Amino acid sequence: MKLEGKVWKYGDNIDTDVIIPARYLVTTDPQTLAAHCMEDIDQAFASQVQPGDIIVGGRNFGCGSSREHAPISIKGAGVSCIIAESFARIFFRNAINIGLPILESPEAARDAQKGDTLTVDLVAGTITNQRTGKTYQASPYPPFVLGIINAGGLVPYTRRELGIDITG
Amino acid sequence: MGKTLAEKIIAAHNVDGAAEVSAGDLVTVNVDVVMANDVTAPIAIESFNAIGVGEVFDRNRVMLVPSHFAPNKDIKSAEQTRTLTRFAELQVLEHRFQVGRAGIEHVVLPERGLVLPGDLVVGGDSHTCTYGALGAFATGMGSTDIGFAMATGKTWLKVPETMKFVYYGERQPWVYSKDMILRTIGEITVDGALYRSMEFTGPGVAALNMSERFTMTNMVIEAGGKCGFIPFDEVTREYVEARATRPYTPFFADDDARYVSVHEFDLSEMEPQVACPYSPDNVHPISQIRPEKVDQVFIGSCTNGRFEDMAIVADILQRTGREFHPDVRVMIIPGSQAVYLDMLRQGWLELFTLAGAAVSTSTCGPCLGGHMGVLAADEVCVSTSNRNFRGRMGHRDARVFLANPAVAAASAIMGRLAHPDEL
Ligand code: SF4
Repeated sequence: MKLEGKVWKYGDNIDTDVIIPARYLVTTDPQTLAAHCMEDIDQAFASQVQPGDIIVGGRNFGCGSSREHAPISIKGAGVSCIIAESFARIFFRNAINIGLPILESPEAARDAQKGDTLTVDLVAGTITNQRTGKTYQASPYPPFVLGIINAGGLVPYTRRELGIDITG
Repeated sequence: MGKTLAEKIIAAHNVDGAAEVSAGDLVTVNVDVVMANDVTAPIAIESFNAIGVGEVFDRNRVMLVPSHFAPNKDIKSAEQTRTLTRFAELQVLEHRFQVGRAGIEHVVLPERGLVLPGDLVVGGDSHTCTYGALGAFATGMGSTDIGFAMATGKTWLKVPETMKFVYYGERQPWVYSKDMILRTIGEITVDGALYRSMEFTGPGVAALNMSERFTMTNMVIEAGGKCGFIPFDEVTREYVEARATRPYTPFFADDDARYVSVHEFDLSEMEPQVACPYSPDNVHPISQIRPEKVDQVFIGSCTNGRFEDMAIVADILQRTGREFHPDVRVMIIPGSQAVYLDMLRQGWLELFTLAGAAVSTSTCGPCLGGHMGVLAADEVCVSTSNRNFRGRMGHRDARVFLANPAVAAASAIMGRLAHPDEL
């Protein structure tokens, strides 16, 4: 699966309180959450993000609270993929579980600049920066995690594993 | 090669029954307790329903605690709590947590003997790592993972590598475990323990009471850690025996366990620490911080909302005979209703109120900028909680300083950041 989008670039330790502040945690609706995504750090993001855009972060992206509202708000904003130098553990799981692609590549993350266009091949795990023409290989997923991604998230994965009729 | 606490507890819960696991292994494990709160439970319940198994894996082991916006701060939060309480009724969950009887999950669950040494606990809250003070493997996860665990009684984990932290030397006055953990986070930074387990050891840790131990493991996540441990000993045993609701098995790290790093701290050289805006690793000794004027002081949260924390504040007020500064909003919020009742019996509700504090029923409240003390732009708050990220307690330009209860109380009295010795 190939993705292409423009880069929104952020620094190290982007925490879930700035991705979606607690004052908005009284809903689980992706669109409502998306309207406030990143607002404490980048007020332009929610209004200007385009479907398919890519968030690029530094180290420890998504640290802090376990709120799944954080990746939900990013996915709800239409972001196709997050690339970072490293991810906080809970955020990484949450993104995989809700079917939001997430790739770890320190070089790709460091080289990308705001407004660059990236092409991402999720199957091969490659990231190409169209401005520089450079291609990067992201860290591979463990096979089990790949299973969840291929199923489209943890819920469909579990239904299949438990033999619950997916059409039912 | 010996095993760490994380390796031993995970091995004991491995569904494959493999006798040994090592750091880096990806395993599926049985869980002892699954927890969620009023913010994370609604999505977890949605995922649980979407999986479609009908009933939770064990109605004695799923615990849903309304804490964050409790008592409900508005209609939307009321609806989230209703989702949680209806689900608990429908699934006939054994343990129910009602406003007026419960409090913050990480204070209530240990207090009631519902999480125990040797347990493997997953919680829909990042501070689930708190239970490591009991010698349990406890880690925070997101809602979908929690929905999965509620349905199957299982979760998948990567066995973490372990970092060891050793504390020795004589503790100085006004230095608590909060200072030990802040200093540690300041040293290794907010991603210093990413994906890792943190074992806290040494005579400085053995000397801590249970309350202070919970404060320490509570903040493991602020270093990016997956879980933290304080070894089971007589202090743990005494605390647990008084409340355990079922049998338990403590585990111990082997002497030759493999640690990725060892960090030592000399307590005789440690003064009270303060984490400055906007990160829990922006930590400085209090003597090096400008004594800024403060607008609000918050004493509470799952970090420092226990009886012993309140005792520190009460002791300072009683010994000095002072009141809180008239220009400071002082919010004192116990971590549980049991703590509230103890405060009442000690006469501290009166003491704190006469000193000028707003004392309330248990809630997370201001800790996450929910209610009961949200900050305006440019306001300064000294808080005993665990996070001072931008926007965490209110406006993005408000500034939060994290400190121990004695520093918080002294600052509330002086109206500015203060060392308790200044009183
Ligand atoms: S007191 Fe604060 S840190 Fe603790 S569970 Fe509540 S919101 Fe989270």
